[in-house]
Amino acid sequence: MKALAARRHHRFAPVVLMLLALLATGALYAVMTPTTATADTSASAEDIEAGKQLFQANCATCHGVGAGGADEVPSLIGVGAASVNFQVSTGRMPMQASGPQAPVKPAQFTDKQVDQLAAYVASLGAGPSVPTAEMVDPALGSPSNGAALFRTNCAMCHNAVGAGGALSEGKWAPALWDTTPTNLYQAMLTGPQSMPVFNDANLTPEEKRDVISYLVEQREPSVGGLSLGSLGPVSEGLWVFVIGMGILIGFAVWIGAKSS
Amino acid sequence: MTTTQPETAVGAAADYLDQRTGIAGAVKEFARKVFPDHWSFLLGEIALYSFVVLLISGGFLTMFFVPSMGFTTYPEDSLPVTMQGVEMSEAFASTLHMSFEVRGGLLMRQIHHWAALLFMASIVTHMMRVFFTGAFRKPRELNWLVGFTLMILGLLAGFSGYSLPDDVLSGNGLRIADGVAKSIPVIGAFASYMLFGGEFPGEHIIPRLFTVHILLVPALILAFVGIHLLMVVLHKHTQYPGGGRSSKNVVGFPLFPVYVAKAGGFFFIVFGVLALMGATLSINNVWNYGPYDPSPVSAGAQPDWYMLFLEGGLRLMPGWEWVIGGFTIPINILVPGVVIPGLLFTFLALYPFIEARVTQDKSEHHVLDRPRNVPVRTALGVAFLTAFVILVLAGSNDLIATHFEMSINTITWIFRVAFFVAPVFAFMVTKRLCLALQRKDRELVLHGHEAARLVRFESGEVIEVHKPLSDQERWLRVNYQAHAPLVIEPGEDARGVRRRGYAADKRWQALSRFFYEDRIEPVTPAEIANTHGAHTAVEQSDDAPQIGH
Amino acid sequence: MSTHDKNTELERSDVPAAFEDPGLPEHRYRMGDTDPAANKRSERQVVVLFAISVLGAVGALVAYFALPLGSDPMSVRWATLGLGLGLALSLLGIGTGAVHWAKTLMSDHEVTEKRKPISSDQATRDAAVQALVDGARDSAIARRGVLKGAVLSALAIFPLTIAVPLIGSVGGDWNISKFRHTVWRKGRRLAIDPSGRPIKASDVTVGSVFHVIPDGMRDEEHWMEEKAKAVVLLVRLDERDLKGDQSPSGETWSYDGIVAYSKICTHVGCPVALYEQQTHHLLCPCHQSTFDIADGAKVVFGPANRPLPQLPITVDAEGYLVAQDDFAEPIGPSFWERLK
Repeated sequence: MKALAARRHHRFAPVVLMLLALLATGALYAVMTPTTATADTSASAEDIEAGKQLFQANCATCHGVGAGGADEVPSLIGVGAASVNFQVSTGRMPMQASGPQAPVKPAQFTDKQVDQLAAYVASLGAGPSVPTAEMVDPALGSPSNGAALFRTNCAMCHNAVGAGGALSEGKWAPALWDTTPTNLYQAMLTGPQSMPVFNDANLTPEEKRDVISYLVEQREPSVGGLSLGSLGPVSEGLWVFVIGMGILIGFAVWIGAKSS
Repeated sequence: MTTTQPETAVGAAADYLDQRTGIAGAVKEFARKVFPDHWSFLLGEIALYSFVVLLISGGFLTMFFVPSMGFTTYPEDSLPVTMQGVEMSEAFASTLHMSFEVRGGLLMRQIHHWAALLFMASIVTHMMRVFFTGAFRKPRELNWLVGFTLMILGLLAGFSGYSLPDDVLSGNGLRIADGVAKSIPVIGAFASYMLFGGEFPGEHIIPRLFTVHILLVPALILAFVGIHLLMVVLHKHTQYPGGGRSSKNVVGFPLFPVYVAKAGGFFFIVFGVLALMGATLSINNVWNYGPYDPSPVSAGAQPDWYMLFLEGGLRLMPGWEWVIGGFTIPINILVPGVVIPGLLFTFLALYPFIEARVTQDKSEHHVLDRPRNVPVRTALGVAFLTAFVILVLAGSNDLIATHFEMSINTITWIFRVAFFVAPVFAFMVTKRLCLALQRKDRELVLHGHEAARLVRFESGEVIEVHKPLSDQERWLRVNYQAHAPLVIEPGEDARGVRRRGYAADKRWQALSRFFYEDRIEPVTPAEIANTHGAHTAVEQSDDAPQIGH
Repeated sequence: MSTHDKNTELERSDVPAAFEDPGLPEHRYRMGDTDPAANKRSERQVVVLFAISVLGAVGALVAYFALPLGSDPMSVRWATLGLGLGLALSLLGIGTGAVHWAKTLMSDHEVTEKRKPISSDQATRDAAVQALVDGARDSAIARRGVLKGAVLSALAIFPLTIAVPLIGSVGGDWNISKFRHTVWRKGRRLAIDPSGRPIKASDVTVGSVFHVIPDGMRDEEHWMEEKAKAVVLLVRLDERDLKGDQSPSGETWSYDGIVAYSKICTHVGCPVALYEQQTHHLLCPCHQSTFDIADGAKVVFGPANRPLPQLPITVDAEGYLVAQDDFAEPIGPSFWERLK
């Protein structure tokens, strides 16, 4: 123990620790998500090589040549293909400027390039892989169970129907209207940016699909008429003044005015 | 008793009725009663008619609502799909049932909720009209209090109704109410037990709120509306200033037929607009929030707009808490939950009496003030509204943050400062603006309209031709009274004996100075006569005889 | 009253002290008052508006029968829209028709009515006072002090017969000490809300957040009230990020970087649930109180005053997370006797 204590201040200690932590995380993921983590093996060596080229050209500036990250930049070793696919296909990565919030932008890479990048990062360390079409098919999920799960786990940030909401210090939880089922699944699985991770022990793959099913259901038009942004009582209060009082004061002026 | 035999069926019916009620006297008295015409006099009518719509649509809803917190499972074959097989209270299930399985149910629910929001919106707007035009002055101070009570009852009606569907959003609202109740010193914990019949949420709150919402509060509102309208008839309506309108008369159109048609028609218009909103704009879709469960909460958790100012206060207050002698006093809840609304409401309720005291005006007022002619009142009203609006905005700070891409922490800090600074600023700006408008009025009365035409005299002098104001235009601008600060008796009499009550008088005088120190007197005929000869001069001295600074 | 008159008056009595009311402005006639064709046109417009109302009502009834509610959500939308638009049309038709009628066809000559002073005249006042004086003398209330006292006491005390039973029962058992306890006990497992699956320590990976209820929650007698107090948020932090928790010296309330805090805000009791995994801040969406999970759930922003109470946790023999005990302090908002 003494020897260990002495070496704690060795300058390579953080690196060793990190490697150990990564190994542990990777191992944990391997145990936790056996079905998804092994799916990566399908990636070909050419894809990985192409992905590496893309990574060096577009990502290495921040994430480091070995994808090991830096002070404020997370390491990508062990994040898995799902995380890369989510971040890059939604245009969040590459970021324009470093910060806690990665806004959605038009994607900078083609689907094939995204797959290549994902294959390369996945090759660096085992992590969650991209879900299959069946795993995210909203038709197979239960919207009512998804609604219950969404209320408890997601609505506090993303609003009751996924219209988005504010976080602290200028960050925000995005609206989920346009997010693809695959991206929804990946976000739950990998916990991008401020969002916590919902691993398969927390929300099982079936439960994740239920959540997706609920969110897709919310994209149907509101039964009561225009949804007014689904922002709740504040927007309703605004509209009662703008539309209700607006029209009625207009009528009142007409009633009070002399006829020509 | 009858002197003539009625010939028609209507006549026979009238005869029958009058012989049993003597109603002819009332008809003679009221049928041709005169009401003045102005759009702003219809704001209160919007409130009245929304209330009628609330009674109609609410009656519909009670047929289907089950005010019970007993548990049930929503059927697997009923809409909406997101609620199928979900465990929920009977109250929530019946709300879903009336929305999705009762024809016209969703329409009535939406009309009811929109009408509730409109009820409060029109009450507040109507109150603003009454405040800014000084319609609360003698003899209408008591009716102001009746109206004030109606506003408070409206808040109660709204909050109790908002909570009835037993959804996550309103349930969290109730939980906040529980937190505020608990914060009250000494009795807080018991107050919470009293509300909920035990621990939150219990099984009693929905049935209790139901009784409050459909019986107690509407009955009180109905009674107070009755008193409010009775007083309006008793006092006869106020009127805006203008030629031929004085405190001794009322100029307008007779109740029958003109006002029966206009006001009656307006009821249908208000109901029609609410029906339009209910048909096209969704409101409070409780199935989005889900049945109440103490664990979840959603982003954008806010009450309906009229309670937002309380929510805003709670959000702005820093986290202070005192512990005195081992007892906890949560300042962070008491101040925004009790003190601030207490101050705002006390100001509103007492304002007519305060103004009467500093004005020492004992006469009846039936002609409305133009807001500019009472600068401090107008400025106080604007300052009050500013504080209210800042609290409302603070209650929506998370939506401001997402829509304007700002930090919620920054917004909170801005509003914390603005709550104190902005009303003062608004007061000063409004007061200056009112004085400036009064000066402009004086200018117009003294010199007339600029005719946009120049005349050159032989001497080479150039003057701009001014067109004098018409009698009506002038009367509007000179027919007001600029009150002066109170004059009080000296503190000591001739023999040097101190007078009792002098200190209080002194304080009232100071307040009166605050009100009336800066004022602009209306133009007198003498002033016009003085300037008349000098009308050819290029530029008149435009020093208004403003007193003070 | 014309200006000319006033000017002559001005000259005679020097300048008056105040302006004179010029009287009502001159009446302007409407088109319909002078032109019979315009009048007829207005009448036709009113008829059309009332006819629209009838059509709207008929439309609403047709919509009621033609647009039934089915199993498709859109059927609800169309039924609401059809019925609502018909209703709106029928109402607006009547409303605008009546107003248009009043504005264009009814007399628009303003009528002046005199106001009487609100107060009664002196004779009436005197008579009123006399009536009361007479009545009081008749009852001799002033002279019979004991009687007065008895009447007042009876009136003051009888409401208690209603108030006491009401107050006795309206607060349930009035046992406010329930605020101090939750159903968390030594060895009680932590389960996922709402599914109720118990949680193993190894399930909780770094950066994830679990919304937790006590295992077997639904078997509690008053489970809703108990859930309202017992909900907990479970987070695993990287040990290096964990600055501290609320464990008193000699005890460990967290397990391997896993901490559990009450989800009920110490401000007014909203469920605080908005966890940002990068900053380890927990934000309340109701009033934005922000707590630092990495540092004993201390308040870093907003109106809350106290940290969220921590639930002491450990693992049982099977690796499931369990409570060590109940919370050490009452959860949720402050109240007067909280510290007593």
